[in-house]
Amino acid sequence: MAMLFPDSYGTFLEFQQALDALRTSSWLEPSISSGGAFPPLNVFRKGDDIVILTELPGIRKADLQIQVKGRTIRLAGTKPVEYGEKASVHRRERLAGSFDRAVTLPVEIDADRVKAEYHDGILALYLPRAERDKPKTITVA
Amino acid sequence: MAKSQGAKPQELAVQEKKELVSKEESTVPARYYVQNTDIYETDDALTVVMEMPGVEKKNVEVNIENDVLRVEGRIDFAKYEGLEPLYTEYNVGHFARTFTLSNKIDRQQIAAQLNEGVLTLTLKKAKEAIPRKIAIN
Repeated sequence: MAMLFPDSYGTFLEFQQALDALRTSSWLEPSISSGGAFPPLNVFRKGDDIVILTELPGIRKADLQIQVKGRTIRLAGTKPVEYGEKASVHRRERLAGSFDRAVTLPVEIDADRVKAEYHDGILALYLPRAERDKPKTITVA
Repeated sequence: MAKSQGAKPQELAVQEKKELVSKEESTVPARYYVQNTDIYETDDALTVVMEMPGVEKKNVEVNIENDVLRVEGRIDFAKYEGLEPLYTEYNVGHFARTFTLSNKIDRQQIAAQLNEGVLTLTLKKAKEAIPRKIAIN
């Protein structure tokens, strides 16, 4: 079986190690209204903006609720796991249930320009950093 | 692990991804994870449901060799280019898992469907071997 990786030099492994290295960071603080810790989030920086990715396999778009207020983001929804009638279950690892999580970002975001995309079980939130929060360059006179 | 499927939805807990422990060593350095899987049996088929978030249809490979069903899903790492991690709670990797099949499964009749990051494989059961009657001359 031939597999061609575009990143044969281990850039993918480097990326995985970078993901592991940041797992103890306290960058994202839970807000007062924060429910559980589901779904787990990965936060990235893309230029000036923030991108939040989360894995939500098996969740319908219609069952997903996203709210932004100030610098707080709330993700809520339900995940169904259904077996047909008269099915005998041999292995059950997927969990069904509801979730509600709110996180507060340490930066100001422009709530009106937040975009959300859901593809292949991954939810991506694009959070543009508010203009007023961007650093100003000051030249010494 | 198992949760009851009651009417009232339960609060979802975070499931830590399990890294794949393979008998063979890989020639590429990236890590693989084991996809969460449900398997259930109905009268005429065995259904395997796997969670593979981030895997596109074209990157799923399902094959059967020597009674072993192997499902592999590769994520497109190019999507993460230009993204600098700030804070992480889960790792990202390809998925791979193998299952040994019983001889009750018809190898020719396997259907696969990928929706919202969930792969559903329907493995039809083979028609029961017709009992043969051997006449003694």
